[in-house]
Amino acid sequence: MDRLPLILSTLCFLLGFAATLAALKSGHYHPRRFNLGMMATGLLLQTVFLVGRGQAIGHCPLTNLFEALVFLSWSIALLYILIGPAYRLSLLGMFTEPLLFLIQTVALLAPIDALHPVFPPHSPWLEFHAAVSMMAYGAFAMAGVAGVMYLAQERQLKTRRLGTIFFQMPPITALATANMRLLWSGLLLLSVGQASAAAIRVKVAPGVLIWGGAMWFSYLLLLLARRLGPRRVAIFSVVAFVLSVAALCLLNHFSKGTM
Amino acid sequence: MDILCLGLSHRTAHVDVRERFAIPEAELARALATLTSLPGIAEAVIVSTCNRVEFYAAGPDATTAMCSLQQFAAERSGVAPSIPDPFFAHDGTASIAHLFRVVSGLESMIIGETEILGQVKKAYAAAAAAGSTSRNLNKFFQRAFNVAKEVRTQTSITRGPVSVGSVTVDLAEKIFGRLASCHVMILGAGETAELTARALLSRGVKSIFVANRTYERAAALAAEMGGEAIHFEESERRYREIDILVSSTAAPHPIVTHDKIAPVMRERPERPLFVIDLAVPRNVEPSVNDIEGAYLYDIDSLQSIANQGMEVRRQEVTHCEQLISRHVNEFHQWLGAARPQKSGSEPA
Repeated sequence: MDRLPLILSTLCFLLGFAATLAALKSGHYHPRRFNLGMMATGLLLQTVFLVGRGQAIGHCPLTNLFEALVFLSWSIALLYILIGPAYRLSLLGMFTEPLLFLIQTVALLAPIDALHPVFPPHSPWLEFHAAVSMMAYGAFAMAGVAGVMYLAQERQLKTRRLGTIFFQMPPITALATANMRLLWSGLLLLSVGQASAAAIRVKVAPGVLIWGGAMWFSYLLLLLARRLGPRRVAIFSVVAFVLSVAALCLLNHFSKGTM
Repeated sequence: MDILCLGLSHRTAHVDVRERFAIPEAELARALATLTSLPGIAEAVIVSTCNRVEFYAAGPDATTAMCSLQQFAAERSGVAPSIPDPFFAHDGTASIAHLFRVVSGLESMIIGETEILGQVKKAYAAAAAAGSTSRNLNKFFQRAFNVAKEVRTQTSITRGPVSVGSVTVDLAEKIFGRLASCHVMILGAGETAELTARALLSRGVKSIFVANRTYERAAALAAEMGGEAIHFEESERRYREIDILVSSTAAPHPIVTHDKIAPVMRERPERPLFVIDLAVPRNVEPSVNDIEGAYLYDIDSLQSIANQGMEVRRQEVTHCEQLISRHVNEFHQWLGAARPQKSGSEPA
């Protein structure tokens, strides 16, 4: 029963995505109405679940891969609520909701909710490090979503085959800007997360340390290389997010019992 | 009380006929006063635009009111008092359906255009101000405006660009967002390029450069549009300053080539370039579209997108008509129920 809010939030994201698809098909799409409602409800239910889980285990709910995926999904939904309306990126929700649905479905169905037999001592700084790092992955995920939207919009413009979705999409330059800002936000959060880990001397496997450092350095290089152009940045955002999730799984695997 | 409509439009009359019946805004109040003084007409609204002149009237007897409308129309044209061929006359549900179709843009030259709604609102406001409307036409026009809103929000009749100019502007906005910071260059001072530039200007582009083989023509057009004329030879050097390039010269071969644009785009990877080639033969090498950040559209691709938009609107007409039909029946029932209450000044 403790999973009920999470199941309901997953359904919210599915419903929001389905409703947007149906509205686009009928040609009567009104940006930000239903999507925002579904996203906000989903976020609320995620929060209820995470708070409940945190109280039950007496820790920040990041003790296994299941919780990490839910926390990642919560970060993405929160970022959407914060930046979606600010950038007026209509349809961002439509692209974000299937991602949230996918992450939470995997979290709910896969046998990854194993409780650690022994929790490490309660450490607010360790939890801060984990939470901020997860928020960074949320920002990278949103950058990946903006990257997918950019590539879709660019393809339509280049091939001159403008589908139903074209006129509902944000301008391609707005997507490029949003992508860059999300990547910077993610890098900043990741830097804070890594700095806090260094400050409290978190013990991790060397592979994880190298992987995390490589990720951070790749994002930094990408953002400093001004001549790459928005298309390559968009491709990188998508690929890098997939790799980030892989890194998250690795991190979880190697750091079992450290949180 | 019956509602009638007598009028002509771009569908029934050529412009030289329409202009004979057009009523300037300054004459509206007097024309409305004349109409409401005629036998059988209790209320009247005149809609006079470049594409239509329509007289709406409410009166206790449809036959007398229609005769009066015909007489009024004939007198304005200065011909014998009989219905001239281009006129259409509606009463009962047909007149209700007609106004609902007009305000919804179904009777417009470009299906689904929304300018007509503003024009009809203005005509109704003028009639209300002149005191020529009362309960029936007030209710009728208010209902029509609601129907137009419903049609616009519940169907796709107004969606998508349907002309080369609107496609160009919509595409530019899908690339740059707001055009207020965009610099435009026009190559060739022909009419096509000018129309496109004006469409972009209407969306507030920051500046326009005009280049033409004959500098004087470029200067004349630039002065007309508040832009800057440049020598044709100078245009290539200015490519790096612009966001939108509109080309429409009579050159028999491409003048904007891949080799000229590629270095420009390498210098500004984050700033796209929208290239519109309106010329035949084409002025821009097709391979320009392969350059990252450059988006090339020729006249055929723009026309094709406009045709798609028009097709979508045509497909929506049936949906709109179903929606309108429901409102026509509802309003007709209201009118029937209201009939026993003879005259009244209660606003809708």
